[in-house]
Amino acid sequence: MTQNKAVYSLPSVLADVPMHYCPGCQHGLAHRLVAECLEELGVAEKAICIGSIGCSVFIYNYLLVDTVEAPHGRAPAVATGVKRARPDNVVFTYQGDGDLASIGLAEILHCANRGERVTIVFVNNTVYGMTGGQMAPTTLLGQRTTTCPEGRCKEHEGQAIKMCEIVAGLGGTAYAARVALDTVKNVKQAKKAVHKAFEVQLEKKGLGFVEILSTCPTNWKMTPVQANKRISEEMIPYFPLGVFKDVTSAEDKG
Amino acid sequence: MPGKPKRILVKGNEAICRGAVAAGCQCYFGYPITPQNDIPEYLSKVMPKLGRVFVQAESEIAAANMLLGAAACGVRAMTSSSSPGISLKQEAISYMAGSQLPAVIVNMSRGGPGLGDIGPSQGDYYQAVKGGGHGDYRQLVLAPGTVQEAYDLVIKAFDLAFAYRNPVMVLGDAIIAQMMEPVAVREVEAPPASEDLGWNLMGKGSRPPRVLKSLYLEDSALAGHNALLREKYASMEKEVLYESFMVNDAELIVVAFGSIGRIAKSTVRGLREKGHKVGLLRPITLFPFPSAVLGALAEQRKLFLTIEHNLGQMVDDVRLAVRKHADSFFYGHLPGNLPTPDDFEQPILQVMGVAR
Ligand SMILES: Cc1ncc(C[n+]2csc(CCOP(=O)(O)OP(=O)(O)O)c2C)c(N)n1
Repeated sequence: MTQNKAVYSLPSVLADVPMHYCPGCQHGLAHRLVAECLEELGVAEKAICIGSIGCSVFIYNYLLVDTVEAPHGRAPAVATGVKRARPDNVVFTYQGDGDLASIGLAEILHCANRGERVTIVFVNNTVYGMTGGQMAPTTLLGQRTTTCPEGRCKEHEGQAIKMCEIVAGLGGTAYAARVALDTVKNVKQAKKAVHKAFEVQLEKKGLGFVEILSTCPTNWKMTPVQANKRISEEMIPYFPLGVFKDVTSAEDKG
Repeated sequence: MPGKPKRILVKGNEAICRGAVAAGCQCYFGYPITPQNDIPEYLSKVMPKLGRVFVQAESEIAAANMLLGAAACGVRAMTSSSSPGISLKQEAISYMAGSQLPAVIVNMSRGGPGLGDIGPSQGDYYQAVKGGGHGDYRQLVLAPGTVQEAYDLVIKAFDLAFAYRNPVMVLGDAIIAQMMEPVAVREVEAPPASEDLGWNLMGKGSRPPRVLKSLYLEDSALAGHNALLREKYASMEKEVLYESFMVNDAELIVVAFGSIGRIAKSTVRGLREKGHKVGLLRPITLFPFPSAVLGALAEQRKLFLTIEHNLGQMVDDVRLAVRKHADSFFYGHLPGNLPTPDDFEQPILQVMGVAR
């Protein structure tokens, strides 16, 4: 006799519809983690999502919460306006690396520095996915993209920007972690981090920030399996995983 | 009108603040730029005491996007700036128009192009009235000519923003901003900030989620959205406001807005005393534009002279309004120079003489 045990069920915050993402893209998985955390924390009813411009622009088709669309890069400013207007709501942005680390750099830094009680979910796939795989501020040295066809060169384009470390260094940040979605273990860690990034908002400690290293097989010109391998072999060595700041932990209190 | 009027002596910038506070503005987002600095300075003192929100943003771009966020929540919110800063807000204004969000933007405009100067100018007429940002949208534009009007129009701006779910701009200049005049202030009945308006974001609770966006990718969805917006913009026509002064028997009508309309009124008064049949039509709403009244005056075979503090912008709209029966002459006072009523006398007499 075999026993059937449900190991996964669709979070009620996640719409039961096919997603538009490419095969092997991890935006869908990142959405699910956010949905699970909102549900577990019991805050979906009062959540307000700030969508951004990038592949995740249709996030409102998948996450069943009140949502407003922000112009490219401006989600943390929009989140500031929302949170100040509705301090009792749970406010989060969901942004790509072009959006957050390039055009929206001023907005994320000042939002974190002010310590806005919001959560930032930052998906780093080292390219501009939606516009066809151009170089992003997070593109690794040597990585070929449609606008650095010979590979990113330090002399001309500088090195990939490490957002988690920068955001962790700002006074208003309560929690900053970098996670990846390439293994079951890492997905579990990622879920914990997203959870925590919402908790610090609920506890009014400051800004919660999670950088999620994520695949873009289409623009990396890889299979989903190859793309997943690239995360551990190329991305994690440069973008180390871990918690870079946690004001609720013992050592940070000291 | 509820409440008993009380009179105070204030600058235009402070009148804007007091009007916004009276109108129930819950959130203000700003960034320093002359000649509107009194606005963030005043509101940084007053808003927190009232339990309301003041944020000095990191840039005008951020301020406009904070405004977008607060507007999406359906609370009364405002930003202010001056010309270069207003340029930076245009993307967010376009998004707010596309997403149908109610917001108030104050432009105490200054001389341009570029960094220009910090004196008055009407160089931002096109930007305010013809779109400013990308895409096909309109915003209501209110142009005060006195400090009292600055107070009254900012209150009106909030009502219009919510009536139409659309950005509304109050377009002043360094004269309106810095001039001190008596203002009758009043109490306004403002709606509570927590109201469910049927579209605003408050967290879904037990209803289906709401989405506020300007993206319409599906086949013909954007056309449908634009048709809806077109209908809305056409319906704004009934909000037209203008001041007409001694137009009935006038041979020549001066058309001028804002502070220049105010100065031109003095010129008209002076010329009347000397026996010249001159009148003034001062548009108070620049969008919608008082085309119908101008058209009716044109039918009476009057002459038109548009006077602006720029190289000629509103004159395009005047010419369109009168085109069936007349045309408009133009006198542009150059930004960088402050005009007096005397400056407009010769241009008016010249047109009257030339045309005879
Ligand atoms: C002001 C502005 N500039 C450029 C664009 C074009 N654009 C759309 S998405 C995007 C980049 C998105 O890349 P990223 O943020 O890395 O997200 P991803 O698509 O990879 O998830 C750009 C540049 C835009 N919409 N608006």
